[in-house]
Amino acid sequence: MVATTTGRAVGPVATPVRAARTRRRAQAPALSGIRGRSATSRFASFLLATAWLVVVLAPVYYMVLTSLRSPAQYLTANPWVPTGGLTWSSYTSMFHGSGIGTSLRNSAELAAGTIALVTVLSLGAAYRIVRRGSRFGAVSFRLILFGIAVPIQAIVIPLYFVTSELHIYDRLYGLVFVTGASLVPVAVLLMVNYVRLIPRELYDAMAVDGAGQWATFRRLVVPMARPVLAVVTIYSGLGAWNNFLLPLILTQSNNDIVLPLGLYRFGTNSQYGINVPVVMAFVFFTMAPVLLLYIGLRRQFVKGIGGFALR
Amino acid sequence: MATATEVLGTYEPGRPRRDARTAKRRVLLADLVGISPALALYAVFIVVPTVFALFLSFTDWNLIGRIRWVGLANWDRFLTDPVAHHSLLVTFELAGLSWLAQTPLAMALGIFVAGTQRYRAIYAAIYLVPLLLSTAGLSLMWQSFLFPQFGGLAWLGTHLHLEFLNQNWLGSPNLALFTVVVIIAWQFVPFHTLIFQAGRRSIPGELYDAATVDGVNTWQSFWHVTLPQLRYSIVTSSTLVLVGSLTYFDVIYILTLGGPGDTTRVLAMDMYNVGFTETQFGYASVLASVLGALGILLSIGLVRFTGFGTMEGGREGIW
Repeated sequence: MVATTTGRAVGPVATPVRAARTRRRAQAPALSGIRGRSATSRFASFLLATAWLVVVLAPVYYMVLTSLRSPAQYLTANPWVPTGGLTWSSYTSMFHGSGIGTSLRNSAELAAGTIALVTVLSLGAAYRIVRRGSRFGAVSFRLILFGIAVPIQAIVIPLYFVTSELHIYDRLYGLVFVTGASLVPVAVLLMVNYVRLIPRELYDAMAVDGAGQWATFRRLVVPMARPVLAVVTIYSGLGAWNNFLLPLILTQSNNDIVLPLGLYRFGTNSQYGINVPVVMAFVFFTMAPVLLLYIGLRRQFVKGIGGFALR
Repeated sequence: MATATEVLGTYEPGRPRRDARTAKRRVLLADLVGISPALALYAVFIVVPTVFALFLSFTDWNLIGRIRWVGLANWDRFLTDPVAHHSLLVTFELAGLSWLAQTPLAMALGIFVAGTQRYRAIYAAIYLVPLLLSTAGLSLMWQSFLFPQFGGLAWLGTHLHLEFLNQNWLGSPNLALFTVVVIIAWQFVPFHTLIFQAGRRSIPGELYDAATVDGVNTWQSFWHVTLPQLRYSIVTSSTLVLVGSLTYFDVIYILTLGGPGDTTRVLAMDMYNVGFTETQFGYASVLASVLGALGILLSIGLVRFTGFGTMEGGREGIW
C-alpha cells in the first residue's frame, strides 16, 4: 500500500535492517583481514570465548541435569554426567504445594497486560513525538527520557505509598501499571528511534490522500512499526515476566504471587528442607517458555534485550 | 497577484488563517491524545515517586502514624550512621569489582562475536542465555551450583582433587562479595557483550584497511583503531555497569540478605531493611535518595556524553 501511494518501493522497516546487513557484509574482508594477521591473538580470543561459553553453560547444564534427578540420586549420582538414572518426577511433583499454577497464571496475565499497555502507549507517544507538531511533544520526550536514569530501587518506598493510596497495592493490575510505567521510557526511546526512520514522503502521501492524524497512525505508522513492536513486546514481556523487585514490594497475598516471587519463596523456604531437584525443575520451568521464544525470535530478542543501549 | 488576493479576501475573509489555526489545534489535540497516556502513566508511577522519595526523607513516616516533617533529622543520622557508611563502602566495592569483572571481558567477547564466521554467531546466541533467566531463577540455580558438598562445583572439587573449589562460596565472609560479583557478572556480561558487538560492527572497515597499509600489527590496530572507535560503547557499558551495581538488590536479597555479617549489605539492601523490615520509611528514604542521586547523576552524564536524547544522533548499532 505504501509503495503504491508513493510510487517507490521503500521497505518501511526493511530499510535500516538492510542497511545494517549491507554494512556488515561490506566490512567482512576488513574484519577477516585483521584477524588473519596474528594466529596467536586469534587463538587467544578463541580460547577466551570458548572458556566463557563453558562458564555460561555449566550452571545451566547443571540445573537441567539436577532437575532430572530424584532426591536420592541428587545426593549420590555424578551431577555432570547423565548416567545413574534420570526421572521426570520433579516436574510432576513441583505442581504439588508450590502454588505454581496460580503464579504461572498471574505471570502470564502480568506479562500480557504489561505488553499491551507498554506497546500501545509508547507507539502512540512515539508517533506524535516524531511528527514534531507541537512543543508538547518535545517537552514530553525529554521528560520521559529522564525516566531511563531513575533507578527503580530508589523509588520503591514511594511506589508502595502511591499504590496504597490508589488502592492498587497487592493487585495484579496495579503491578501491571507500575511495571508498565517503569518500562515506558526505554520503550518510547526504542519506538522513536524506529518511527523517525519512516520517510517524510510517506506522511506527505498520506496527507495528499486526505488521511488525518488517526488514519495516518493506523494505516502508515502501525504497519511500518511492526518490527519495533515485536522488539518492544519482547522488551516489556521479559521485563514483566522476570521482574522480582516490583512484585516483592507491591504484592503480598498468595493470590497475586508471580513466578519469580513464587520461585523465591519455594526455593528459600526451608521449612520442609529444600528439595533441590524440584527447585531446579521450577527454575527451568519458568525459563522454558522464554527459551523457546528466544530460539524462534533471536533477532528481536537481541534488540529487545539490548534496549536503548543498542542505538 | 494582489488583485487575486483581494478577490479571494473579499469572497472568504479570514479563511486561510482560521484554517491554519484549526490545523494547528488539531495537531496539538493529536499530540495530547497520543502522548498523554504514556506521559500520565510515567508521571504517576515514576516522576511523582522520585520527587516523593526526597520529600519522605524529611519525614518520619513509619507506615502507621501520620507523615510528620522532621527537617534534616534523617540526613543528620545518615551522616553519623556507621551502618550506612559501611553499606556505602560495600556498594562502591561491588561497583568497582563489577566494572573490573564485566567491562573488559564484555569488550573482548563483543569484539570476538562481531566477527563474521558462522560459529561466532552461534557463540553469540548462546552467550545470551543468562539474560533469559529471571534473577530469582538464576540465583537459585547458582545457589545449588555453589552449594557446599553437594553442589556441582564442590563435586568437581572433590572428584578432580581441585580442593580450592570446595568453599562455602556464599557463606564465607571473605568470599561472599566476590561470589556475588561473579553471579552478577554472569548475568550481565551478555548484555554488555551486545553493546560492544554493535560498537565493533559500526567501525568502518576502511579504518582497518588504512591501518593495514600502515603496516600495524594486531595489537596496534586494536590500540589505535578499535579502542578509540569503541569509546561510546565503553562509556555506555561502563556507566550501565556502575549504575546497575550501585543500585543492585535482587541477587543479594535472594542469596545473602546482606550477609554473612554485613559483608554484602549494599545500600539497596540496607534501604530495604530499614524501610520494609524496620518500617522507618523516613530514614530509608534518605538511603533511597542517595541511591537515586548516584544513579541519576551517572546516567545523565551518559546521556550528555553520547547524545542518546537527541533524535538526530547518527550512531547506529544493530538496527
